[in-house]
Amino acid sequence: MTRFILSRIAFGVLVLFLLSVFVFMLFYVSPSDPARIIAGDKATEELMAQIRTNLGLDRPITEQYVTFIGNLLHGDLGYSYRSSMPVSELVVSRIPVTMSLVFGGMVFWLAIGIPIGIVSAKHPGSVRDRLGQGFAIVGISFPTFVLGMLALYLLYFVPTKLGFTLFPPSGYVPFAESPLQWAWHLLLPWLTLALVVAAVYARLTRGQMLEVLGQDYIRTARAKGVDERRVTYVHAFRSAMPPLVTQLGIDIGLMLGGVIVIEQVFGLLGVGSLAVTAVAMQDRPVVIAIVLLGGVFVVVSNLVVDTTYALLDSRVRTATR
Amino acid sequence: MTILLDVRDLAVDIPTEDGTVHAVQHVSFAVNEGEFFGVVGESGSGKSVMVQSIMGLVPGARTSGSVLFRDRDLLSLAPEQLRSVRGREISMIFQDPLSSLHPQYTVGWQIVEQIQAHEKVSAKAAKARAIDLLDRVRIPDAAARFDAYPHQFSGGMRQRVMIAMGLSLGPALIIADEPTTALDSTVQAQILDLLGEMRSEFGTTVLMISHDLGVLSRVADRVMVMYGGRRMELGAADAVLCGPAHPYTAGLLRSSSFNREPGTPLVPIGGRPPSLLAPPEGCAFRDRCPDAMAICGSKPPVRHYDDGTEVACWLESTPVEPDPPVLPPPSLLASPDDPIVKVDGLRLTFPQRRGEPRVVLDDISLEVRRGETLGLVGESGCGKTTLARAIAGLVAPTAGTVEFDGAPTANLDRAQWRDLRRRVQLVFQDPFGSLNPRRRVGSIIGDPFRIHRLASGAERRAKVQELMELVGLNPEHYNRFPSQFSGGQRQRIGIARALALNPELVILDEPVSALDVSIQAQVLNLLDELQRRLGLTYLFISHDLAVVRHVCDRIAVMEGGRIVELGTADEVWNDPQQPFTRRLLAAAAPEIPREPRDRILLPLTVTGTGAQQPAAGHPAAQHLADRVALEVVS
Ligand SMILES: Nc1ncnc2c1ncn2[C@@H]1O[C@H](COP(=O)(O)OP(=O)(O)OP(=O)(O)O)[C@@H](O)[C@H]1O
Ligand code: SF4
Ligand SMILES: [Mg+2]
Repeated sequence: MTRFILSRIAFGVLVLFLLSVFVFMLFYVSPSDPARIIAGDKATEELMAQIRTNLGLDRPITEQYVTFIGNLLHGDLGYSYRSSMPVSELVVSRIPVTMSLVFGGMVFWLAIGIPIGIVSAKHPGSVRDRLGQGFAIVGISFPTFVLGMLALYLLYFVPTKLGFTLFPPSGYVPFAESPLQWAWHLLLPWLTLALVVAAVYARLTRGQMLEVLGQDYIRTARAKGVDERRVTYVHAFRSAMPPLVTQLGIDIGLMLGGVIVIEQVFGLLGVGSLAVTAVAMQDRPVVIAIVLLGGVFVVVSNLVVDTTYALLDSRVRTATR
Repeated sequence: MTILLDVRDLAVDIPTEDGTVHAVQHVSFAVNEGEFFGVVGESGSGKSVMVQSIMGLVPGARTSGSVLFRDRDLLSLAPEQLRSVRGREISMIFQDPLSSLHPQYTVGWQIVEQIQAHEKVSAKAAKARAIDLLDRVRIPDAAARFDAYPHQFSGGMRQRVMIAMGLSLGPALIIADEPTTALDSTVQAQILDLLGEMRSEFGTTVLMISHDLGVLSRVADRVMVMYGGRRMELGAADAVLCGPAHPYTAGLLRSSSFNREPGTPLVPIGGRPPSLLAPPEGCAFRDRCPDAMAICGSKPPVRHYDDGTEVACWLESTPVEPDPPVLPPPSLLASPDDPIVKVDGLRLTFPQRRGEPRVVLDDISLEVRRGETLGLVGESGCGKTTLARAIAGLVAPTAGTVEFDGAPTANLDRAQWRDLRRRVQLVFQDPFGSLNPRRRVGSIIGDPFRIHRLASGAERRAKVQELMELVGLNPEHYNRFPSQFSGGQRQRIGIARALALNPELVILDEPVSALDVSIQAQVLNLLDELQRRLGLTYLFISHDLAVVRHVCDRIAVMEGGRIVELGTADEVWNDPQQPFTRRLLAAAAPEIPREPRDRILLPLTVTGTGAQQPAAGHPAAQHLADRVALEVVS
């Protein structure tokens, strides 16, 4: 088990290394002058010269890479000349917003998607199943943008017009400041995100549960006199879980790198909206930081997924000691 | 004798995409307290559906009739009442102990769960009971094994766990659905002994399903023969098995390899079981019955014999004995100078994380002669399958060589590899695991044509349906999924797939152990015929010595990765040299003595209720009345 985890960690480190090389090549070894890219079109010649010496752009490439990676490891992600602040500060300030959005949303999409999937699988072909399937199709086929706008319209604009305000339209209040305000501000984004993602989970749960419920050991559980609730949750859902965990890990990893559309629609200043502005403003150091950050999230969540998966499966758990 | 389980006129319909499956059609029987009641019948005859529907375990099934158990009708119990019967008063043991135990929970947990589902006991007390039970079914070191997972147990031990679980609440009735089919014959014998012991120790009544007449003749007091969802014959085990009155029972016995002289072809029951979608009006066995008459087109009456046997048949005389099929002469005679496979000093070890590497095959030298059938017997885990895979070139040996048709099978290029894959085919052991559940049967069987790009479209479909016909599958089921076939039907799919490309060497890994005897006989005869016609060579792996003895020219006995004995089938069977071989022989099914019966058929009368009874005043009727009276008072 420990061996397994260690090997997964080693693999994750390798992936991150390759990603860093890739990013480095892409942004530093480009035909145009990196200093110009970093500083922007209107930069003075002196500033550019200073950037060149700071970054050591006059030195050999391997040496440059070593400096680059060394700085990264020290948490120095460079300086954003366009926002006039260190990149690390800029990015770090955005992470709590995205994390709040993603993990809060996760609670909702799991709470919506999984029960729908289970009920559908328990009564295949029934009215409840068809409603659940219909929900899944709507969730999967509607663009997030439309759902977000719809939520804003129905839950904010319409009530406000009628004279009472249910939700704030946008903004973010840190949890430490006021947990209530934090949740209240995030409720609409959470629900919108959940609506989109829950559909995927409802489908996945339904498919998994249908397969597991047909297994011989489910029949054994019933023959033992185990009641139906326990059969569903303790026996069937237990086996249906691993693929859900995998999907969850992938989704979380990807989303922590920025939930672009929802952050934009609800005016949340998270990593996603930072990415959008950085790209639009050609703020290279920030883009690099976000790409690498996304990589770290994906690698870490994969590691968590693999470990959880191994813990969930008695066969894997007992095989590698 | 009191009646414990009284099934009357039970019918089970299962709605499916193709229409309603009439899996059980008006079956009645009674199981007496304390007896060992056997149900036999071929695959798909509705045995499993019947017993599972008694417990309400068939999803979506519509049942009618009644199942009286201790004065309650199980079919009309409320769900909660039924739940309290399941596992506490009636428990079930299933065929495949691996897939029937939850892979993610420990065996101890699963036994404790059953206890706690019915009784309010502390976790500690339940654990103590579970360990005691594991001990009683002779799991060594039970306390430590309590926390083991099913996959850490061997097949026999898993079935012991199932039995321990079944006994955990001291049920009045244990229903065992083919409890030994998936096990080695030596383990089979142990499990049967265990069931018998537990029956006397716990005073439990056993209802056991089996398609193996040899097994039932050994343990059952009374036997019911089922066919096409109906009851054919019911009576005392020796009466039914030694002197069958129903042509179907007689046919089953004729097709059992343990019951026939080696070398004589078996007499399979031709054709295949009737469709349960549209069951025939008259006798279900009519299409395959050598005694069929015109009157058989209408529903046969239930006949009573004076020895208590009940038979649903129009026939009044003993069933005829048809001649065995005439097989073509072999096109190729095996000779020692013409080996197709030559194995020399083969050794295979798997590295282990700690300590010595595990030796799976140990210095094996062996020749397979072109045109012969070489049997490979031994218990599970002794390396039979690994040896077969090494011969097929699918695993690389650690040392030694394998030659196929004069050429070594190591270091092949792509074309040679493809060629070898076509010329050597494998039929796998596990009919549950080797088929992809999401693919249609037609496309599974068509795989070889697709992979080797030999036929496509309508041509492939026609060839596949031909193969399905050949192995006794209904070609109409081309579009079904494996899960819609019964256990035995699934194995035939694998055989059809292997035969598709007319291979030279076919490695048959337990090819018929999951099949019913009538189909076993068909398949064995079919394999024999194909061999004679096409000069095929077979490597026949089995743990069932009776079958091996019947079909093989030579037998190699394997134990712990070595070949301990190799000789002609006769030598090994009649004059075993090794203690291990003798043990195997002892576990093989005994021949059932054929005794011509001297019994009286009771004449029919039609009573007011439509039930058919012997006419009053007839001596046999008096006999019957006495029996009935006896049953009522006792
Ligand atoms: N869940 C199901 N849905 C539809 N048909 C089914 C289902 N289960 C079984 N059947 C069909 O009902 C018939 C009887 O099946 P059953 O499993 O009772 O046979 P069996 O006598 O136990 O056979 P075996 O010896 O292979 O176990 C078969 O034709 C089978 O295909
Ligand atoms: S009723 Fe007729 S067809 Fe059926 S088993 Fe008897 S003799 Fe054969
Ligand atoms: Mg069955």
